[in-house]
Amino acid sequence: MFAVRIQREPFDAVAESAALAAGRTDVGAIVTFTGLCRADAGPDGAGLAALTLEHYPGMAEEEIERHVEEARRRWPLTGAIVVHRHGRLEPGDPIVFVATASYHRAAAFAAAEFLMDWLKTSAPFWKKEEPLDVARSGGWVEAKASDDAAADRWRE
Amino acid sequence: MKVLYFAWLRERVGLAEEEVTPPAEVVTVADLARWLAAQDEAHAYAFDNPAVVRAAIDRRHVKPDSAIAGAREVAFFPPMTGG
Repeated sequence: MFAVRIQREPFDAVAESAALAAGRTDVGAIVTFTGLCRADAGPDGAGLAALTLEHYPGMAEEEIERHVEEARRRWPLTGAIVVHRHGRLEPGDPIVFVATASYHRAAAFAAAEFLMDWLKTSAPFWKKEEPLDVARSGGWVEAKASDDAAADRWRE
Repeated sequence: MKVLYFAWLRERVGLAEEEVTPPAEVVTVADLARWLAAQDEAHAYAFDNPAVVRAAIDRRHVKPDSAIAGAREVAFFPPMTGG
């Protein structure tokens, strides 16, 4: 099973992961990653009340699907699920979920990391911070060079 | 063609999308950005640092020198911060 979903609603990581093994007996490894909204982010690390995630509808799904296709070319995957939320999210809320399934663990670990690294730098999502201190103005999160470097190491 | 803006480009332009008909000499994505920037102050502010603006044509990432001929939808946005 391969699926990419962009949604406002929370996701159930356990149920998503279970779907990758449902009805089959050849899956030897499932790796899951859940990214959460952290409270210690925000302007100068002063604390965050919420993040609002904007996305490019249509392209967000297609761009992630292109990377899932690329992951399937590189590793023998039996399944992959990517769920990315949009809208207003508070500290502790899950933002993104990536699960990869394969016959053995090495492919599942590598593909999950590959998908997350590309998702950070090429999926059209933008985070805007809402600071805890209402006197401070929020702003758009800037892209990190370390995220670009993480994605770049997968270039062939 | 339809032009879309996201994140702070959307806020600066004051529009999420607009329909535009650029003249024939506007050939590349970079040309289009320059042409849009010349429209008014809001567009000029959005494109004041073109080096940080990314683009997509018909929902695929493109470089500034990509041709816009035949594009239905051109999107401009800052570097992505999802995940």
